[in-house]
Amino acid sequence: MNEAGRGAVHLLDEMVRIRRFEERCVELYSASAIRGFLHLAIGEEACAVGVMQALTADDAVVSTYREHGHALARGIGMRAVMAELEGKVEGASLGRGGSMHIFDAATRFYGGNAIVGGGLPLAVGLALADHLQGRARVTACFFGDGAVAEGEFHESMNLAALWHLPVLFCCENNLYAMGTALATAQSETDLSRKASSYRVPAWQVDGMDVLAVAAAARSATESVPSGGGPHFLELRTYRFRAHSMYDPDRYRDKEEIEHWKERDPIPALAEALTAAGILAEGELEAMEAAAAAEVEDAVAFAEAGTLEPVADLERFVTSGAPIPAGAPDPESAPDPESAPDPESAPDPEGASR
Amino acid sequence: MSLGLLEEFGPERIRDTPLSESAFVGAGIGAALGGMRPIVEIMTVNFSLLALDQIVNNAATLLYMSGGQFNVPLVIRMTTGAGRQLAAQHSHSLEGWYAHIPGLRLLAPATLEDARGMLWPALCDPDPVLIFEHGALYNAEGELPDDAGEVDITSAAVRRTGGDVTIVAYGGTLRTALSAADQLEGRGVSAEVIDLRCLRPLDDATILSSVARTHRAVVVDEGWRSGSLSAEVSARITEGAFYDLDAPVARVCGAEVPMPYAKHLEDEATPQVADVVAAVEQMGA
Repeated sequence: MNEAGRGAVHLLDEMVRIRRFEERCVELYSASAIRGFLHLAIGEEACAVGVMQALTADDAVVSTYREHGHALARGIGMRAVMAELEGKVEGASLGRGGSMHIFDAATRFYGGNAIVGGGLPLAVGLALADHLQGRARVTACFFGDGAVAEGEFHESMNLAALWHLPVLFCCENNLYAMGTALATAQSETDLSRKASSYRVPAWQVDGMDVLAVAAAARSATESVPSGGGPHFLELRTYRFRAHSMYDPDRYRDKEEIEHWKERDPIPALAEALTAAGILAEGELEAMEAAAAAEVEDAVAFAEAGTLEPVADLERFVTSGAPIPAGAPDPESAPDPESAPDPESAPDPEGASR
Repeated sequence: MSLGLLEEFGPERIRDTPLSESAFVGAGIGAALGGMRPIVEIMTVNFSLLALDQIVNNAATLLYMSGGQFNVPLVIRMTTGAGRQLAAQHSHSLEGWYAHIPGLRLLAPATLEDARGMLWPALCDPDPVLIFEHGALYNAEGELPDDAGEVDITSAAVRRTGGDVTIVAYGGTLRTALSAADQLEGRGVSAEVIDLRCLRPLDDATILSSVARTHRAVVVDEGWRSGSLSAEVSARITEGAFYDLDAPVARVCGAEVPMPYAKHLEDEATPQVADVVAAVEQMGA
């Protein structure tokens, strides 16, 4: 098998893992092992998996409350993600964030933001830090079509374009902002035109085709090392399930859902790879079995996990690091080189404020 | 606000922004996450409401929500308060709202030393610091010693000692409190004046130890009385020094109206020296 073929098989594998993970989440939610809001991206896996192919370990990701796929595709361990969903201290965010707020310093995953549009300004700032420190990195920022109606979308697009910052804006357009259809919420339903109006290069991509998403993301990030500015991908996709587990999903036609299911990114790629002789008979089934085993391992890990001690309730409200007692020369500007490593955790014994 | 900085540090570090409060505050948070130590200047506290989501939902929560992985070393400066006839969208004292939020440190300089000396320790703080600068103080003039450096940003300061009553003030009301203390001295009342300086976390110890000596307390706050910082200070005195009190805690607050433009009405809506003197006299000090 050639390199492209192996790469495509890997993408299929990633999507299968995410799909199985989320299907298992539904069962765990019904069994009350997962609580709170649970937003599934079943059907949208190609977006997460495709975009991540273009990123390096140094790049950053800003995500939304519909983030399990982003987190897993970014390389956060399935055990840590599942333990987070089950509210265990072994979770990615110590069980403090749950499904909507997965954070991971090791993979520069700056969390699921549960305020629609709230993550976009953060992505601009992360890219600004990279620009100021001369680092050739990109910050991928995921959001949905709903976020395009928020002021923060427009402010962030403008600022990133104005300052020529390396943000890859990834709009997962699944046609509904919760229950509100795109045409009900947007006077201009061609979202890429909104990005173009800020002079941000924009692509419309078939978000059900992981190879297309990966190719578009690679093209968009190619210019980053040479100081390329922001780019915008409109990933046209669809969620096969409701907005969240609380959503009765009365606003979509069954026919529409079935139509999109015919474009399910997993069988679509599996069939294409099989037809091309890249995927051997039984390989998909083996992949699915391996994913199921990984998910069951993650569930077992989460269920064997422990709860954060109640005594730690107020830990990390603030870092608790002391204000330096020695008087640094106020005349000297803070040196970016000596700025603390954002990936180093603050004092774990931090006091609360 | 940034006079001379652009020339000295250049356009990469001194950035003029579009009027996009949410995006530029959020970008400050993101830059802080990315290893910078940004200072974001928002003009007025009323404008900061356009960035409230970023400040409250991101800056204040990320460290906690990420289980200690991502701290936000960001400094946000803004003007607060009335006194310049700027009416009801530029004059309010909303710092009390921010004082409600865990994860934020709030500073309110009332002196030249603090206005300058708070900035460096604020920049050194690993977590978000909001600095509320009262607009009426911007024209204050004075000489700082050559060796003026950083100041402590964790404690309140006793600006005047006295034995009969404790007047608690901060920011723009410190001058009012000190003037009231001068007048009270002429009437034989010795007032101690505390400058809160740090509005969150509050330095309870300095307040309570003063009240334990004076047995009376008046809180002066330009913010509205209902649900205010003055209410919090009053509650803490009641909780921590109730049996030391010889009279109920009194408050002198801004009138509960959107700030009017006309000078006489604006004066009426904000704590004046005579109001503080009257409050002290009514408690029988």
